Amino acid sequence: MVIGLPKAMLYYRYKVLWETFFKELGCEIITSADTNRKILEDGIKYSIDESCLPSKIFMGHVYSLIGKCDYILIPQVVSYGYDNDVCVKFNAFYDIANNTFENINILDYSINVMEGEKEQKGFIKMGKRLGKSYFHSLIAYKKAKKAQALSDQLKSQLQADVLESNQMKLLIVSHPYITYDRLIGYPITEYIKKLGGLPIYADLINKKESLQRSKEISDSLYWIYNKELIGAIKLLEDKIDGIILLTAFPCGPDSLVNELIIRKSKKLPTINIIVDELQGEAGLQTRIESFMDIIQERLNQQERLNQKEINKKRIV
Amino acid sequence: MQKIISFPHIGNYYVPIETLLKLLFKDHTVISAPKITKRTLELGTKYSPDFVCVPFKYNLGNYIEALENGANILIQACGGCRYGYYAEIQEQILKDLGYQFEFIKITWGKFNPFEVYNLCKKIGTSLSFPKFIHYVLLTLKMIKVMDSFESYIRENIGFEMKKNSFETIHKQFLNELKHIHSFRQLNKLYIKYNQKLKKVKINKPNNCLKIGIVGELYSLMEPFCNFFIEKELAENNIQVSRFITVTFLLKKSRIEKKILKSAKKYLKYAIGADGTDSVEKGQMLAEDGYDGIIHIKPFGCTPEVNAMPMLQKISNDYKIPILFFSFDSQTSETGIKTRLEAFYDMILMRKEQERCKQLI
Repeated sequence: MVIGLPKAMLYYRYKVLWETFFKELGCEIITSADTNRKILEDGIKYSIDESCLPSKIFMGHVYSLIGKCDYILIPQVVSYGYDNDVCVKFNAFYDIANNTFENINILDYSINVMEGEKEQKGFIKMGKRLGKSYFHSLIAYKKAKKAQALSDQLKSQLQADVLESNQMKLLIVSHPYITYDRLIGYPITEYIKKLGGLPIYADLINKKESLQRSKEISDSLYWIYNKELIGAIKLLEDKIDGIILLTAFPCGPDSLVNELIIRKSKKLPTINIIVDELQGEAGLQTRIESFMDIIQERLNQQERLNQKEINKKRIV
Repeated sequence: MQKIISFPHIGNYYVPIETLLKLLFKDHTVISAPKITKRTLELGTKYSPDFVCVPFKYNLGNYIEALENGANILIQACGGCRYGYYAEIQEQILKDLGYQFEFIKITWGKFNPFEVYNLCKKIGTSLSFPKFIHYVLLTLKMIKVMDSFESYIRENIGFEMKKNSFETIHKQFLNELKHIHSFRQLNKLYIKYNQKLKKVKINKPNNCLKIGIVGELYSLMEPFCNFFIEKELAENNIQVSRFITVTFLLKKSRIEKKILKSAKKYLKYAIGADGTDSVEKGQMLAEDGYDGIIHIKPFGCTPEVNAMPMLQKISNDYKIPILFFSFDSQTSETGIKTRLEAFYDMILMRKEQERCKQLI
């Protein structure tokens, strides 16, 4: 049995969980290629033109997997509990793919904690559909969950070490499916690195902690993915030099949340970058370059002030 | 300080809402925001985030105009998709603009009678809880009556013998609705206007063109937002049906599973906010033999964009034309009118063709 994983959207959040689970069940896995122009073009062709960029890319990935595997995994996510919902786009991916493509074989599970559909239940159902027993799927799920937690912890530990460095640190507040996408986010982080900056990823922060801290920026926010991101701003506020809000056109939750961040968190220099499918690289690079120049100037100024104070003390 | 309460517009529902607030807060003043004009939208757009959906801009414009008129308590109800998060951002934007006011948010989690009563107490109502419930029920009934009248008018206004007869009655009705204080008065009003409406002479052919409108609730219910699309259609002698009303939304939570079940050919899961309804109603309209469907939404409305692939499939399966509109602050009226006219011509020709086939 071959399971296809589209390398878009929730893949970046659940990569280890999915891969371990299906491996434990004895399934083969194929992952779609990194996003490229062809995938994007296919995605645009098969989606409504007003959909957001990541969802178009997602459709491209799904299309590229058709015919190459027995099942394509598309989860449906609604809520992780009270006041912890997700963007409604995640509610509909299953039905959109099902209605857009003919002869597509989708493997789906649903997370809707408010309606009693927990993740574990969904995975066990999925296991049953693949012809595995209840216990086999349960054990596989538990193992996968552990592996995912371990990998998350490792990544956040690695990032914590990096935070001690002296380079200019820029917090990238953006959904993982934008940050790590080969076509949208990756060139930006690479460019920052090239200019001598250090990108810090908001989505790698310990999720439980950031969920709690998110209340300090917004008390009525109910999108869990956005909560985790804005919590990271509060957690790292003193350790970073600037914030890059990276979002895709026309992302619903980000359109409101980023506005709030810009209005509320005035301590650090912030830039709001909106990417769409017609992106030219030059314009983006200029913006990032000038943003980093501004931060560098701020840092230099601070250093000069510090130097002055030290000199004064010496004289005294 | 005297409290002046205000709230944003949506269609004609400002009448029952204003009546309710006036009954609840007898010691305070209640003003509805000034009617939506181009200025409202311009004000709202100026201070809104870039690609937020257009109801946000209308609401914000309403608030600014209400604040200019002296309001100092603003009410926003939330729930559903992005709409649930409007309140916090709008409050922040208005505060940054320098207005002094209190913002009352009725969030989804607090949408039970006790919480709402507590909120009202905070603003300052002198009513007891049973009385409060009584007035809320009265308002719900008012909305129900209003919706039933409006849906009758919508289906028949294109065929009235004497121009403007429906509109005059509707205006009178809304004016009288403002002075209702009890169920008995409301019943009387209902009987009176029901007779009046039924008396209006209409000339409706049996095979008239029928169009159903589905889509996002705000752009459906606020005629200014959809450039009076229903009126435009009625002028071309078309019977217009729409199901998304406040009455429907209020009972929706009870029949959500049923809706999903009847749309199971296209949907396995609920696709968020009103998307599920759009698909279900679209399928229903196609099965009922309507001549066309118009789907309207604000630009970037995620639930409705979710519903569009299914609607396109319905259009293919049932061979029914669907016209998609999306509205933003920049949409031009001429563009909409041209598209609407072309659509109308097309379904008219289709109908002619079908009749010719039958004759042969």
